Amino acid sequence: MKQYSDLEYLQLSKWKKFCYRILCFFRSIPTALKNFVFGIGRFFKNAALAVVREFKDIFFTFKDGDVHTKISYAVMGWGNLARGQILRGLLFLLFEAVFIFYMVVSGGYWLSMLPSLGKVGPGKIYDPIYDVYVYQYNDNSFKILLYGVLTIFFIIAFIYTWRLNVKQNKIAEDIIKSGKPLKSGRDDLRSLVDDKFHKTLLALPLTGILIFTVLPIVFMILVAFTNYDGSHDGFINGLFGWQGFENFRTLFSWKGANGHSYAATFGEILTWTLIWAVFATFTNYFLGMFVAMMINKKGVRVKKLWRTILVMTIAIPQFISLLYVSKMFAKNGIVNGVLLDLGWIKQAIDFWGSTANNGLLARVLVIVINIWIGIPYLMLIATGILMNIPADLYESAKIDGASGWKQYTKITLPYMLFITGPYLLTQFTSNMNNFNVIFLLTGGAPTNASASWASGNVGYTDLLITWLFKITTGEDAKYYLASVVGIMVFVVVALITLIVYNRLPSVKNEEDFQ
Amino acid sequence: MREKKTVKRHLGLRATNAISNSVIHVLLVIISIIWLIPFVCIVLQSFRLELSGPVGYVIPKQWGFDNYAALLRTDFKQWYINTFIIALVNAALQTVIVLCMSYTLSRFRFKMRGALMRLMMILGLFPGMLTMIILYRVLKDLGLTEANAVPGLILVYVASSGMGYYVSKGFFDTIPKSLDEAARVDGATRMQVLFKIILPLAKPIVIYTILTAFMAPWGDYVFARYISFENPVGMNVAVGMYKWLTLDQINSNYTMFCAGGVIVAIPVTILFLCLQRYYVEGVTGGAVKG
Repeated sequence: MKQYSDLEYLQLSKWKKFCYRILCFFRSIPTALKNFVFGIGRFFKNAALAVVREFKDIFFTFKDGDVHTKISYAVMGWGNLARGQILRGLLFLLFEAVFIFYMVVSGGYWLSMLPSLGKVGPGKIYDPIYDVYVYQYNDNSFKILLYGVLTIFFIIAFIYTWRLNVKQNKIAEDIIKSGKPLKSGRDDLRSLVDDKFHKTLLALPLTGILIFTVLPIVFMILVAFTNYDGSHDGFINGLFGWQGFENFRTLFSWKGANGHSYAATFGEILTWTLIWAVFATFTNYFLGMFVAMMINKKGVRVKKLWRTILVMTIAIPQFISLLYVSKMFAKNGIVNGVLLDLGWIKQAIDFWGSTANNGLLARVLVIVINIWIGIPYLMLIATGILMNIPADLYESAKIDGASGWKQYTKITLPYMLFITGPYLLTQFTSNMNNFNVIFLLTGGAPTNASASWASGNVGYTDLLITWLFKITTGEDAKYYLASVVGIMVFVVVALITLIVYNRLPSVKNEEDFQ
Repeated sequence: MREKKTVKRHLGLRATNAISNSVIHVLLVIISIIWLIPFVCIVLQSFRLELSGPVGYVIPKQWGFDNYAALLRTDFKQWYINTFIIALVNAALQTVIVLCMSYTLSRFRFKMRGALMRLMMILGLFPGMLTMIILYRVLKDLGLTEANAVPGLILVYVASSGMGYYVSKGFFDTIPKSLDEAARVDGATRMQVLFKIILPLAKPIVIYTILTAFMAPWGDYVFARYISFENPVGMNVAVGMYKWLTLDQINSNYTMFCAGGVIVAIPVTILFLCLQRYYVEGVTGGAVKG
């Protein structure tokens, strides 16, 4: 394909410009992917170099260090204690003691069981005295996996602290050599509210994120490689074990039982998820902007009233408004009742049950109701941004004779898109994972008969995220499959983010509108 | 001659303006009606006495407060108190966490900052739904499910709230750094800078954070359902009331759901409308910053 210079590009017709830009986009994908792969390669190279550097440093600190430093390699904090930094020394020592205690008491057990995820499952034991079989529960795969991961986290933390301990010895030796006094415990405490204040502030939030976000995510990624489900719950019904990539193979196999396949179902739901995300994002965006422009127009009265009415949908908890609206459109609901009374329809419309055209009616209705939910947010955001557009831009456009539509496409829209680019992207990804709207409105209905053999009773309005939820509930919950689907959702969302983010105008040329 | 022409054009402009403005007013009235219809319906139906299931008309034939009285005979009071406690504690703790996080990431330049922010962006791309299974089991081990679901829910909401720092970080970024530096030169510690200088200036974002943290628990359904595990003592309003609209209960509890919805919505809505200004500031700032 020909590459145009800036001047040649400007001379092209509108249609050609458009095509050219689309072509450019697709042509840049290989380069982007190449850069991505190389970026990963560079990352690993740098990481390897850093590790080598660390080992060298550890070795030389030991070789050149004095006795206290050498002892510190085994007894953490010894160097600090010997040099008078009591507080630090005690903390190091305490951490080492706790670590060793934990590893001996339970950590070692969890770690040793991790490769097998439990050896002895639940069973029945005959009790000769009462002449009955007594259930006996033994290893717990779930706990082994959970605490195994936790133990690994703990070991990493220990290695990091040990390294810190070594580093501190070196620094302390250097300071003593240069003849300056070492920091005392009081200095350390003071620095926690001063130049190390960020550590104090971050300690609590990061601990929370580590335990309640990172740990579960790592755990769930690992579950994708096991056969954890309702009948292998790890304790009561049976152990679960490692399966390798078996579950991924299941999801991507085109041939399943009775001619069905998970791949086809997954593809169908993914397609609808993407369609939904595109429509939900852009209908809200443009209509919200439109409403904001109407309210902001000079000469429109009681602006505050219009805004307040719209904002009500944000204020009222979604489970009330969405559930209620969903029932309004039910077969015996208000909408059908009023339409029947008016004589506009002869028979009640089955909004949520009609499977004609792949549940088109329900799909359209979901998008329309989402507009009702989404416009107020966009209205608020657009209002704030529209007010920031310099008024003289419009003045000069008017003098040049630009029509209202021209002003919109040449000033308002580019400005809005420029500023809200990142917001649109996050909006798109969060719409892909918009559980609430789908679950409360339809619960996935109408049922997709051809896909319902897959776990979780798939419906036409089901998104990947609601399908995932359905897989994890009920008797035959397939947690491993849910994990695989969750990982695929992550991959899709991450890919979109990666591709789009770096080509956003507000990221690429930050100065354009300033 | 020329003057006359310009005058005429001005008049024409004003006329078209008037027309377009009245069209806009009509449109806005229509939009407002569409937006209000569900809320009007829910209020009206909460007073309906003749039938307790869904019906095809809006205005009740018999009016009364019986549905509200019926609420008292259910576990609704318990759910309401649960949700209120969760919302209140969540608002307090989550605000502290979010402010710590966003202030630090906005003001301090430390070694792991970039990596930390990237990591949290990546974590945010994982569907949160996935972690529910394990969080449920962990909380169950800690004894914080079913009847004790309230502290369990608070723990989970608060612990993962550090991820939502974007909006308030955007706000802190707009407070000039020279303020910090001036105070530091005068000998204030970093902590004093935060409490004496930044926090008083950050009132809008503090209120925004409190408001959103207070409102979120009222609408949470999925996670609350997992944690309470069918035990009415530990349910929040969303989980409890959801059951009233299931197939087997809708015909007897539909109007009660409407009444409950009104009771839940009124305080939250009033609070929201009072603090609307701060919410708008937060939302706009957050979107602009991305």
